[in-house]
Amino acid sequence: MKRNLFSFKIPLIMTFICIGLIVNTSPTYAFTDQVIQRGATGDDVVELQARLQYNGFYTGTINGVYDWGTYWAVRNFQSEFGLDVDGLVGPQMKDMLERATNYNEEFVKKALNEGRKFTHYGGTPKEIQKGPKGSRDGAQPQQPQPEAGEAQPQQPQPGAGEAQPQQPQPGAGEAQPQQPQPGADPAPAPQPDPEPAAPEEPVPYAEEPEVQDNEANIQKATNVPAGYSENDIRIMAQAVYGEARGEPYVGQVAVAAVIINRINSPTFPNTASGVIFEPRAFTAVADGQIYLEPNETARRAVIDAINGQDPSGNALYYFNPDTATSGWIWTRPQIKRIGKHIFCH
Amino acid sequence: MVRNIIIGLLAVAVVATGIWGFQEREDKQILKVTAENNYQRAFHELAFHIDQIEDQLGATLAMNSRRQLTPALADVWRIVSLAQENIGQLPLSSVDLGKTEEFLYKLGRFSYRTSIRDLEKEPLTDKEYETLEKLYDYSKEIREEVRKSQAMMLANGDQWLDIEEEMRATQEPLSNMVVKNLEVMNKSIQSYSETEWGAGLASIDDLNGELKEALDGDPVTKEEAEEIARKYLQINENTPVHVADTGNGLEYPAYTIVADDPDHETNYYMDMSVNGGEPIWFLQDRQIEEQNISLNEAVEIAEEYLEEHGKESMQLVDSRQYDSIAMLEFVHLEDNVRVYTDLIRIEIALDDGDVVGYEAKSYLIHHKDRDIPDPKLTNEEARDRLNPRLDVMEDHLAVVENDLGQEVLCYEYYGVIEDQTYRLFINAEDGEEEKVDRLNQSEPVYDFS
Repeated sequence: MKRNLFSFKIPLIMTFICIGLIVNTSPTYAFTDQVIQRGATGDDVVELQARLQYNGFYTGTINGVYDWGTYWAVRNFQSEFGLDVDGLVGPQMKDMLERATNYNEEFVKKALNEGRKFTHYGGTPKEIQKGPKGSRDGAQPQQPQPEAGEAQPQQPQPGAGEAQPQQPQPGAGEAQPQQPQPGADPAPAPQPDPEPAAPEEPVPYAEEPEVQDNEANIQKATNVPAGYSENDIRIMAQAVYGEARGEPYVGQVAVAAVIINRINSPTFPNTASGVIFEPRAFTAVADGQIYLEPNETARRAVIDAINGQDPSGNALYYFNPDTATSGWIWTRPQIKRIGKHIFCH
Repeated sequence: MVRNIIIGLLAVAVVATGIWGFQEREDKQILKVTAENNYQRAFHELAFHIDQIEDQLGATLAMNSRRQLTPALADVWRIVSLAQENIGQLPLSSVDLGKTEEFLYKLGRFSYRTSIRDLEKEPLTDKEYETLEKLYDYSKEIREEVRKSQAMMLANGDQWLDIEEEMRATQEPLSNMVVKNLEVMNKSIQSYSETEWGAGLASIDDLNGELKEALDGDPVTKEEAEEIARKYLQINENTPVHVADTGNGLEYPAYTIVADDPDHETNYYMDMSVNGGEPIWFLQDRQIEEQNISLNEAVEIAEEYLEEHGKESMQLVDSRQYDSIAMLEFVHLEDNVRVYTDLIRIEIALDDGDVVGYEAKSYLIHHKDRDIPDPKLTNEEARDRLNPRLDVMEDHLAVVENDLGQEVLCYEYYGVIEDQTYRLFINAEDGEEEKVDRLNQSEPVYDFS
C-alpha cells in the first residue's frame, strides 16, 4: 500500500521539477568561434548536436563527434533556412541556432559524464529525457515513454513556449519530440536489469555528479578509422608497445605498418588479432609483454599506420639484429633500418 | 633442544618445497598439454580441410550444370579460408610456406569469383576449365604431403611444442622431418605458380613494384633532395638535414631523410624517391599540445600546403579529428570528377597548425593526365539503380578502382537508410553497382573506470 502512495506522489514531484527546469533554462552562449566541420570532436559539437536535437533536426545520440548523422542534420537545417548547404557550421548558422534553441549545458554535460542515455528535445521536460546512469552503453534504455499514459503533463510543442522571431518551425512532423528511440542505440548485450521500467525515481537531477568529471572536454564517443574498431586499435597498440616501446616514433609506426601489411598480405592471417597472435610471430606476444598497458604514443602510431603511413617501405618482417636467433630472417631482402629494427620483405 | 626444533622446521620446509614443486610441475604439465592440444587440433583440422578442398575440386571437374557448380565452388572458397586460418595457428612462421599460402589465397579468390558469377549466362571458359584441372592437381599434391606429415606425426608421437622448442634453439634450418616435409610441399607448388589465373588474379598487390613503375622522373642528387625536403618540411637553411640511401631490398630507389625541427626539438622523418624527388611520406614525432585551431582551419592550411607543392586541384573528401590531430584525406579533382585513386593524406597538429604527417603513395602511383569520358548514363538513370529505400543526400561523379583493378567512372551517392549512412558507386557506363560502403565514424567510449 505504501507503494501506491509513493507512486501517486511521483507525478506531482516530477511536475514541480519540470516546471523548475523550464524556468531555469536560459540561453547560454557557448559556441566558440571555430567553424565546425565534419569529423570534429569536442564541446562545440556537443552543443551543436544538442541544439539541433532541441528543434528536432537531429535524432541521434549526443556524443560530441560530428559524424554522418550530425552532418545530414546540419545540411537539412541549412537547406530549410536558406543557408549554403555545405555542412560547415559557421557564424551565421551558430547565431540562428543560438536564437532559436535553448541549450542546457549543465544538463547535457552531466548526463554525458554520467554515461546516461538522454535526449535534449525542446519543450520536453528534461526529467523524462534522461535514462539511468550508465544506460547509454549498458542496459536497455528504459525511459518512461512520455506518451505511455503516465500522468505526465503533455509538453507544449517544441518552441511553442519561447516566442520565436523568424522561426518557421521545422515542420511539426519531424520536430515531434519523438522520444527515446530504443532501437537506435548501439545497445550491446542487455544486462540483467533489476529496475522495472517504471517512472524514474524523482531524485536524479538533484543527485550530485559522480566523481569522474573529466574537465570540460568530454568525448564520450571517438572517431575511428574505417574498418577498425577502437578495440582493434587497442590490441594493435598493445602489440606495438610490447614490441617497440623503446624505439623512436617512426620505428613504432613502422612496426604497426608491418602488422597492417601482414593483414593485407595473402600469406598471413586476415585479421589484426590473427596476425598478432600467430604463434612465434612476435616476441612480445610470446613473452606476454603484449599485456602491458600501452601508452598514447603507441596508439597514435597505430592510427597513423592505419591511415596509410608506412615508414617500413611495405615490409612484412622486421628483426632486431642483436637478438635475432633465427638465421632464416637474415636471408630476407632488407629494406632499411629504423632504430634497433631492420625491416625486410 | 634448539637443534631438534631447527631440524624439525627444516624437515617441514623440505617437505613443503617438495609438495609445492610437485604442484608446479603438475600445473606446467597441464598448460603444456593444453597448448599442444591447440596445435594438434589446428594441424589435424588443416589436414582435413585440405582433403576437403581436393574432394570438392575433383567433384567440380565432373559437373556441368550451374546448379551444382556454383555451390561447389562456393564451398571451396569457404574451406580455403578455414584452412588459411588453421595455418595461421601453427607455429610455422619461420618455415617457408609462402607459396602454399599464396596458392590457397588465389584458389580462394578464383573459386569466389567463379561462384558469384552467373554461370548460366557466362559458363566456364575452356581456359578456366584448364585452370580448374591444374588447381586440382596441385591440391592433390598438397594433400599428399600434408597427409604424409600427419601420418608421421601420429606414428612418431611428435609434438608441436618440441618443434617449436627446436625452432627457438637452432639457427640452422630445421632437421625435423615434419617441417621438412612441409617445405618440400611448398617447393613443389613453386613450380606451378605461373598458372593462368585470369585478370586481376595473376599478381598480388605489389605496391612497391607499382611505385617503381610510376616513379619515372629524372633522378635527383642528395643535395637536391635536401633542398626539396626543406621546402616540404618548411624548415630554413640552417637546420641540419641528413640524407641517406635506403637498403637495397626496396624496389624503387629512395632516400631516407631525417631533419631537425628546432621549433619543437624533435625530428622529421621522410622518404623521398630518387627518381623525380617526390616525397613519398613524412611524419614527425612530437607531443601535440592542447587544441588551438579548429579542424576547419586545419583544412585550409592543408589546402594551401598542397597548392604550394604542386598538388593542384585537390578536394577534401574526409576529415577526422583524433584528440588534437586532424587527419585529412584529399583526392584529385579532374573536371569536377573526384579521382579516388589519387589520394593524399595529411595530418595537421591542431596546436600550431604544423603539417606533421604526409602520405602520397597512392597519388604517386595513380596520378596522371586523364581524359575522363562523359558518363553514358544520366544522373537520373543511375539513381534508378539504387536501392529504393535509400534516401539520397548528396551525389558526385567519381573515378574509382573496381575489383579487377580497373579505373571506372561512377556516380557516387551518399544516402541514408534508417540513420545509417552509405556510400554507393554506380558505374556511369553500364549502371553496375561497383561498390557499397557503410560509413561509420564514431564509436562510443566504453568507460570502466
